[in-house]
Amino acid sequence: MQIYLPIAELPISVLMVLGLSGAVGFISGLFGVGGGFLLTPLLIFLDIPPAVAVATVAAQVAGSSMTGVLTYWRRKALDLKLGGVLVSGGILGTLLGVLFFNSMRRLGQLELVITLSYVTLFSIIGGLMLYDAVRAMLRARSGKPARLRRRAGTHPWWMGLPWRVRFHRSQLYCSIIPIAGIAIVIGFIGAVLGVGGGFILVPGLIYFFRIPTAVVVGTSLFQILMTMTGATVLHALTNQSVDIILAILLLIGGVIGAQFGGRAARNLNVESFRLLLALLILSVGLRFAVELFIRPNEPFSVVLPESAR
Amino acid sequence: MKRLTALLAFIMLAGSAMGARAETLIAAMSSHQIQINSNYTGSQLTVFGVVERDGRTAGRGDPYDIIVTVRGPKRMLLVREKERLGPIWINRTQRRFPDSSVFLSVSSNRPINEIMSEEMARRERIGLANADRPAESWGDFDVSTARFREGMIRILEGKGLYSHDGRGVTFLSNTLFSAPIEVPATAPTGSYAIDLVLYSGGVPLARQTTNFEVIKTGIEQRLASGAYDLPLLYGLATVLLALFFGWGASVVFRRD
Repeated sequence: MQIYLPIAELPISVLMVLGLSGAVGFISGLFGVGGGFLLTPLLIFLDIPPAVAVATVAAQVAGSSMTGVLTYWRRKALDLKLGGVLVSGGILGTLLGVLFFNSMRRLGQLELVITLSYVTLFSIIGGLMLYDAVRAMLRARSGKPARLRRRAGTHPWWMGLPWRVRFHRSQLYCSIIPIAGIAIVIGFIGAVLGVGGGFILVPGLIYFFRIPTAVVVGTSLFQILMTMTGATVLHALTNQSVDIILAILLLIGGVIGAQFGGRAARNLNVESFRLLLALLILSVGLRFAVELFIRPNEPFSVVLPESAR
Repeated sequence: MKRLTALLAFIMLAGSAMGARAETLIAAMSSHQIQINSNYTGSQLTVFGVVERDGRTAGRGDPYDIIVTVRGPKRMLLVREKERLGPIWINRTQRRFPDSSVFLSVSSNRPINEIMSEEMARRERIGLANADRPAESWGDFDVSTARFREGMIRILEGKGLYSHDGRGVTFLSNTLFSAPIEVPATAPTGSYAIDLVLYSGGVPLARQTTNFEVIKTGIEQRLASGAYDLPLLYGLATVLLALFFGWGASVVFRRD
């Protein structure tokens, strides 16, 4: 069954979009990431114009993270205070990112910047997580404690910077500076790559601040919900590239998939959770690396301008 | 079928009514409008034509040839080429092709190279590579522009937006012909110009133009114009819908 998308201006198979968004929704519910970093490239691969893909995925991600936020809110695994700090930092980072995005576009190298960032970011983050997850697993197998427990009174230096704030839900007493810093970086990357940034935020909060995984996922979803809501409206307002029909299809698949993902997450132990997320991020990075390093079959590409309707 | 017969009868009548000098070409479309609705997956039109001769037309030794060129809406196309820089492949050079047809279809009753020479095809702006070229320019300025144009045509052919068919025009009688025009779903909205040229022995004898348009209708048209005319409302509606979906799912699937 095919349906014509009014903004993307092409017909698309309903079942395929539902299946695709369902699968990405499952992953998103499982890991507490928005899933945009998977869905956007997939839609572009289906010939949907990149601008439409990025803008419409923002709407879909807002919808699926809404479900996640409500679920984690009921389970009291959402730190609103931490979320608030992350959102404010994220707004500042987004503004900086948009400025950078526009200047790279003027230089004509935006595509290269995006591909290179995907490769380096995903390889580094995925690689580090994989290394850490495997090491933790090996340690667990050899009978030693799986993770170095945080001992009372010891903490990394960045948590001791001035303006320390207590975040009860996250069991965190930490300076606001590094948290705002990580939020700014994520806002910046999100604006440049068109992703929510959950895949950086989740490991970032776990590794640098040792916040419990469940709270990290809930809070990260909250941050994604806020930024993606804003992003959808901004995209609709500035470049009219949100396709409401495509958004509805993505939402139906994504929201159902996220439910099952969220259920599955509860039956997954921390170590395998980290290993799977690492492998996922690494494989997306590899996918982009292939594009960068392998001789292309077709060296030419045609940029069809956004049609003037 | 009835409609087709009526159309053909009309062409015949119109043709005989004209006081033609040597050959004239008369053309008619099966429809002048393609409407996009929610289950649109592309469309097909047919252009019919008749070669009208007056009594004094000398019998020609060569058979008639017809070339039908359909040009879609014109846009600026940007073509980029990936080149090797160290270990990686990046877009290094690009060419702009202003005023290029986003849709182009060339069909003839036999392959173009049998109808005319390559040089003549360039002059007459016949064929995918020549159709969009400015009439006065003699080919492309340099070899690399020609390479970019070839790349562009190859990619657009792959997308179904460019097509050529050396047997696309069918003569139903000595003077009556028809040519189907395949419009894929990805073809842009706007107006499409059809040029028909009659050749004999490589000499152009008569020309005719007609057109059709592709437009959005119904819900497709309303959504698209809503997105453009009321962007804030459209954006808020989309995001509220998204949040509603998210909330709905958490209610429906709630177990605890």
